[in-house]
Amino acid sequence: MLDFPRWRVWMLNILIIVGVAFAIPSLLPTSMRAQLAQFVPTPTINLGLDLAGGSHILLEADTSQLAEARLEALEDSVRTALRRTDPQIAIADVSRSEGKLSFNVTDMSKVDAAREVILPLISNAMGARDWDLGVNNGNRIVLSPVSSGDETALDQAMDTAKDVIDRRINALGTLEPTIIRQGENRIVVQVPGLEDPEALKALIGKTAKLEFKLVDEQADPDQTAQGKARVGSQVLPYPDNPTGLPYIAVRRLGGISGDKLVKADPTFDQQTNEPAVTIQFDSEGGQRFARMTQQNVNKLFAIVLDGQVISAPQIREPIFGGVSQISGSFTTESANALSISLRSGALPVDLTIVEERSVGPDLGADSIRRGILAAVIGTTAILVLMFLVYGRFGMYANFALIINVGLILGVMAFANATLTLPGIAGFVLTIGAAVDANVLINERIREELKRGRRVVQAIEFGYKEASRAIFDANSTNVIAAVLLFIFGSGPIRGFAVVLMIGIVTSVFTAVTITRMWVSHWVKNTRPTELTI
Amino acid sequence: MKLLKVVPDDTNIDFLKWRGWAFAISLLLMAASVGLVATKGLNFGVDFIGGQMIRATFTQSATAPVAELRETVGGLGYGDPTIQRFGAENQVSIRMKLPEGADKNPELANAMAEKITSKLKADHPDVRIDGVDSVSGKVSEELFSKGILALLAAMAGVSIYIWFRFEWQFGVGAIWSLLHDVTLTFGLFAITGWEFDLNIIAALLTIIGYSLNDTVVVYDRIRENLMKFRKMEMASLLNLSVNETLSRTVMTSVSISLPLIVLVLFGPDVIFGFSMAMAFGIVVGTYSSIYQAAPILIWLKVGSHSFVPTDEGTGSKAERIGADFGAQP
Repeated sequence: MLDFPRWRVWMLNILIIVGVAFAIPSLLPTSMRAQLAQFVPTPTINLGLDLAGGSHILLEADTSQLAEARLEALEDSVRTALRRTDPQIAIADVSRSEGKLSFNVTDMSKVDAAREVILPLISNAMGARDWDLGVNNGNRIVLSPVSSGDETALDQAMDTAKDVIDRRINALGTLEPTIIRQGENRIVVQVPGLEDPEALKALIGKTAKLEFKLVDEQADPDQTAQGKARVGSQVLPYPDNPTGLPYIAVRRLGGISGDKLVKADPTFDQQTNEPAVTIQFDSEGGQRFARMTQQNVNKLFAIVLDGQVISAPQIREPIFGGVSQISGSFTTESANALSISLRSGALPVDLTIVEERSVGPDLGADSIRRGILAAVIGTTAILVLMFLVYGRFGMYANFALIINVGLILGVMAFANATLTLPGIAGFVLTIGAAVDANVLINERIREELKRGRRVVQAIEFGYKEASRAIFDANSTNVIAAVLLFIFGSGPIRGFAVVLMIGIVTSVFTAVTITRMWVSHWVKNTRPTELTI
Repeated sequence: MKLLKVVPDDTNIDFLKWRGWAFAISLLLMAASVGLVATKGLNFGVDFIGGQMIRATFTQSATAPVAELRETVGGLGYGDPTIQRFGAENQVSIRMKLPEGADKNPELANAMAEKITSKLKADHPDVRIDGVDSVSGKVSEELFSKGILALLAAMAGVSIYIWFRFEWQFGVGAIWSLLHDVTLTFGLFAITGWEFDLNIIAALLTIIGYSLNDTVVVYDRIRENLMKFRKMEMASLLNLSVNETLSRTVMTSVSISLPLIVLVLFGPDVIFGFSMAMAFGIVVGTYSSIYQAAPILIWLKVGSHSFVPTDEGTGSKAERIGADFGAQP
């Protein structure tokens, strides 16, 4: 077993060189790395936020709100479709409760006709139903959600939300965010190097749903103040209302939504010289906007952003061309933020920040410095100890250990893995585990020598007998590391990654590589005596 | 060259003589740990109970004014803060419960962080804010249950592995000694009041890995000796196995402790608790392999009959896998 065919030696050496070569770019200073990158690809190890400094934000979608929005959209499309049917199908007693939409078809004989109209609305492109349709008491149609429909809707909404956030952060400039979906209804945003996440949070937390609604000018101000609205109207908050009342009543129907924008830019109001935002609809939205303004000249319309009225100007003349201006009490910054949000589209769901971590760059740099210092001192101490205890075989173990460090860094760079603070600790632990393998082997060789075996035989036995324990011990560590990766979160996963990579490279270097060197030594010197 | 011997040749310590005492003391310590955790509780970080943690360094001061901070931050109207030094004397972590309603409206949490940091900066111009963590109740509950799940899964997973590779008694011995190590580490955190956060779960999992590593090495030798000395009395056989592997045990414990000691002394303050937990775990894990995992085999009546070396037997199967692994052509 100490036989090493030449091809195997070559293979191992190439493996070591390639592996360690991958580690090199990560060890170079940034400027040199940039130069090198012009000639060869330079995969590098990412630093986790705890080391690089930066912000980590976990957002969660409000699923109940999503269901509500879906229900609302369904009601809208059903009403519109039935109204457009010729002859019109009248419905009454519309109610939305417990996630279901139900209504009476006034004319019993038209229930089947209504069903025919509704069916295409509730089937998706794959031919499956998003809603179940049932008829109670002969004429009450009940539409109840199908769970797969909810899941699909959530999935699509989250994908869209992720894109929207991506666009918004990119609009901020040079940040390099990582945006990933997590689980069913969460999105993780990580921005390295960003110390103060306030601006970022203001930007990604906003749903930015823009609507234009007609003001209910017949509403009784006293009723509005109490939050009560007439049938067909609703009361919305209006903090900057010039009348002093922080609410306003608007008509539910007949408005248009501002999701069909092609442009949104910060600007200044021509008359007041205050910051404002100009928007431009796409052609369809522009036509609808023109129609709405044409039909309602001299009336007030409310500009609603995320359920809150920001201003309610009068329509002086029909607006053609689809360009409009939104003014309210903006600052330059908030006008800019709003135009970014509008440009990148509205979030399809409301997102709430459920976890937020930020690490200052000074602390991160300090952690790296001290982490590396600890790793270097610890490793050096081990190297010295190994040499003192095992002599020549200790040196073999030491060289293997150094190669091991290079390989771990190389594999991490190759896999684009992230090094976190617990990751550095995992590194330290891996080094310990690598040493353990060599300790097991060397102790066993010592024992076999004591039992009177000859040197070559003792070495062979040492490797063979120790391998069993090394295998079992490392298997259990792999099990622990894998479970850590599955169940762990955040920086813990960084630890698990280092541990997994480290266990594999440790066994490789501590067992296979040292055996190659030992066999070379045995072959060349034919030792009859061994101090170990 | 004269080489260093960590353990003299032919050491023959009767470790197993004290097994009854060791077991009694361990049981007592475990009970004390459980009691401490139940009564005094663990000092959970925001990872597990939710809330906000602000880390700050007073760059120009030798020590952080903890008492004063408690007063000023407490006076801001957000309830009483938990303030602790961590690592260096001039670094503190300030922990607050999230304000009412912050789950729905993160603005409230932001406002609190903003108010506290600006107050700190106004009172102490040399303060450096090192980080702000805000974790909502929902997320912290998840992190907690996930952490506990990871611990249980790891303990069960590795014990099952040992059961497959050895015999069921060894699996029981392994899970018992893991339980022992984890319980005592919990006790350590209860008695010291060190912050118990996500990193500590990682440390516990590492301790499980290490302790098991140690147990496996001893078990492997026991299995080997059981097949070799078929007539030897069990206690003597365990003693022989522990003594034979003693020099490796010491050497490995020392090697792993070296970097850990360095981490405790010079490592980043943020992972002080993590490093301490690991260092403690190495000591306890080594002890438990000798005094918990090994004697249990006597009580569970393991003997040479447990490994009858037939071609189909578990023992020889293990031998074969190990040999294949070690002796790649």
